[in-house]
Amino acid sequence: MEIFQHILNALQFGSFYALIALGYTLVYGVLGLINFAHGDIFMVGAYIGYFIAVALLSSVGLNPAVTLALTVPATMILTAAVGVTLERTAYRPLRRKGANRLYVVITALMAGLMLENGNLALLGASRKRFPDLIDKVIWNVHGVSITNLKVIVIVASIAVFLLLQFIVTRTKIGMAMRGISYDKFAIPLMGIPLDTIILFTFILGSSMAGLAGILFAMSYPILEPYMGALIGWKAFIAAVVGGIGDIRGAIVGGFLLGFIELGVVAVFPSTLRDLFAFSVLLIILWLRPTGIYGVARTTKI
Amino acid sequence: MPLLEINALTRRFGGLIAVNDFNIELGDHELVALIGPNGAGKTTVFNLISGFYKPSEGYIRFNGQDTRGLRPHQVTALGVARTFQGIRLWSEMHVLDNIRIAQHYRMGYSLLDCFLRTKNYMQHEKAIDDIAWKLLDAMGLKDVAYELPRNLPYGVQRRVEIARAMSVKPKLLLLDEPAAGLNSADVEDLIKLVKWIHETFRVTIWMIEHQMKVVMTLCSRIKVIDFGATIADGTPEEIQKNHTVIKAYLGDDTI
Amino acid sequence: MQKKTFTIGIFAFMALIAGLAQADILSPYHISVLMFMGVNVILATSLNLVNGYMGEFSCGHGGFMCVGAYVSSVVTVLLFSKNQILGAPLLPASLAFLGFPLALLLGAAAASVAGLVVAIPSFKTRGDYLAIITLAANYIVISAINNMEIIGGPRGFMGMSATENGMKSVVDLPWMLIWVMLGTLFTVWLLRRFVTSTLGKGVPAICQDEIAAEIMSVDTNRIKLIAFMLSSGLAGLAGGLYAHVLGYVNPQSFDIMRSTEVMVMVYMGGMGSLSGATIAAVVYTVLMEALRFLDVWKWVVIPLLLILLMQFRPEGVMGNKELADLFPRLRKYYSFK
Repeated sequence: MEIFQHILNALQFGSFYALIALGYTLVYGVLGLINFAHGDIFMVGAYIGYFIAVALLSSVGLNPAVTLALTVPATMILTAAVGVTLERTAYRPLRRKGANRLYVVITALMAGLMLENGNLALLGASRKRFPDLIDKVIWNVHGVSITNLKVIVIVASIAVFLLLQFIVTRTKIGMAMRGISYDKFAIPLMGIPLDTIILFTFILGSSMAGLAGILFAMSYPILEPYMGALIGWKAFIAAVVGGIGDIRGAIVGGFLLGFIELGVVAVFPSTLRDLFAFSVLLIILWLRPTGIYGVARTTKI
Repeated sequence: MPLLEINALTRRFGGLIAVNDFNIELGDHELVALIGPNGAGKTTVFNLISGFYKPSEGYIRFNGQDTRGLRPHQVTALGVARTFQGIRLWSEMHVLDNIRIAQHYRMGYSLLDCFLRTKNYMQHEKAIDDIAWKLLDAMGLKDVAYELPRNLPYGVQRRVEIARAMSVKPKLLLLDEPAAGLNSADVEDLIKLVKWIHETFRVTIWMIEHQMKVVMTLCSRIKVIDFGATIADGTPEEIQKNHTVIKAYLGDDTI
Repeated sequence: MQKKTFTIGIFAFMALIAGLAQADILSPYHISVLMFMGVNVILATSLNLVNGYMGEFSCGHGGFMCVGAYVSSVVTVLLFSKNQILGAPLLPASLAFLGFPLALLLGAAAASVAGLVVAIPSFKTRGDYLAIITLAANYIVISAINNMEIIGGPRGFMGMSATENGMKSVVDLPWMLIWVMLGTLFTVWLLRRFVTSTLGKGVPAICQDEIAAEIMSVDTNRIKLIAFMLSSGLAGLAGGLYAHVLGYVNPQSFDIMRSTEVMVMVYMGGMGSLSGATIAAVVYTVLMEALRFLDVWKWVVIPLLLILLMQFRPEGVMGNKELADLFPRLRKYYSFK
């Protein structure tokens, strides 16, 4: 029965990776850009959620359930705003100039650093504690303890995946998003401006990161400025292992990473977790360089 | 022993058969053309010879040596050089460096020699330099030796690319649509250049070309392919009269 | 004749610096800044070979620095220092003059071998995928050391100051400063010789058109191997020097922040420019010190500077030109291209 406990925990942790990986993969699929700032947008989302929740709870005096109901959408919207601001101020000017993709990647890396250290500088080194917004309910099913929070997290990530799949396959703008990765110039000819599609992509990706931030903060209430860094890198690697540019890849990669990590911790001392996780991911990439769902691009000469 | 021997060469890309049971033999000092409609598989044949693709079936022998499994730089070291359909010069390096780097296989010194600037290093670098300058001089490119390719007219870039290929000191020179994108004056120059190279260096030249003027003027033998397979092989006169060739290019004349 | 002048000039300059340090005209603070400058120059120029000349995106330079730092430190501590786990020194401190360069070399060699982890995948993949591999490699190195209690784990490793003390006991000179200057000179000299040779020019050829390079007889796998191993080996050298300058190392000092710092220097200086990377490293070190008063804001300002750089001058200060291209008269003193 213990194995089901582990599976459940892996699914939960994998959900965070998956939600964050989705943001990476969406932006990469549309722009060919590794948005290295994405992990830090996740962190910003968690902090935004914290401030809103605390404000609603204490200043406005709302009860926890209502607070939660308001905090989640508000955070997602505000986090999306952060992502969009980043895109408009930093990435788009470079895109307009036709700059080398590398310069945009470096900009992304630096933006992430600014977010992390800006947080540290503005809010200080003290960690914040996310308030408890839901009463913890634990069900005991055949010796496996299932908390309502774990269920919420897992259900949320699956719901997000289904929603994104729907958007990308059934809506006009979603299909345009997919189309851009093949041909940047044909899509605007079909009637949707490039900037709008990119805007939409960032809104989607960043709001998912914001959602992940809140869920994470509810599960692990201690927030600190560098919390997005390691998780962000890992989620990025998970997205690549799954096959970057493909939504299914992000989900599969995220959950895979969750399972690998928990598997490692179950057998080895927990300090070896990162070491093994990265090593396994490297091996998978070595065996299948384009990732699980990735498509190899052949060069023609 | 033929210089180049290709037998039953086939290359599939998934369900698409790009090259289908292709055969040819080239001897020394020949000037041969490979023509055919667009998408016929001509560049694929060159890519197979270069080692960029591996054959699905069949073999390629250069001077009796099987080239399958060799990496491209090894094939080049055997004495096969080529130019590309779109000019692939190194854009941030000047012409002289472009010519020098193609001699990499003849470098002859180790990393340690390079660090210590040993006599071995100096001698080989001088040799590389000498060959580069001689070639530039012979091909009328001395004045542009320190120019970047993108600052040169297209015709001159093409000439540089051919010079680069010649610096490999090949026995077989593959030219992939050398006249593409050239105006008529440049095409005249190209014809003269190819003829000069053929006579001076006694190299076998096999060219893919669409411009019939170039082909008919220079080549003693023409091989025609369509859909990856040979449809004709003969002298220019024979090919001009060949009905299968005409049909491939112009379509069926019976309605 | 003039080239010899340049060489003599450089050594005279180094002797001058050492002399100023010895005479206490340069304070220990100045000396440490100079030493960090040297280390940064080695890091920037070595990464420039891979990220600049070869156009790859290696995000894990800190990992190789870490390997070099630890290997050389373990060697010198084993030989010259008392350590709880490793035991009493094996050799008298006076032999530090022989032991130290040997330790540095071993550190560099180890880092060079670690570079294979990145070099071999680079045969088949490029760009984003290689970025991940270097990232992961960096993390793996740090993770691994965090788990090695024998060399201190996350708490770090110390005892390297015994090496400099040993050298000082024989002749009292600012030895670490001298070694750093020699190391920096060695690195720039080595890299210059490499990139000006036809062998070394295979690297930008691969960057600009790998297929053409392969077909024009460049053994791309061999060149990539050389470039990556040279780059990581020199990073290891920097690590070894760094460890002995501080007398203490811990894994955290070589994480993604360190790798990012080195990338900042490379992109600031201009990819594919040796003089650019050198200048950027010097400027960066000075900037880090000058902005020290900003405390935490330093790490907001520096990324911002690079973002602005990307917006307005992405090719960096030097682009892919060298000093001799901008100031042709310098060609008299040393030839470059």
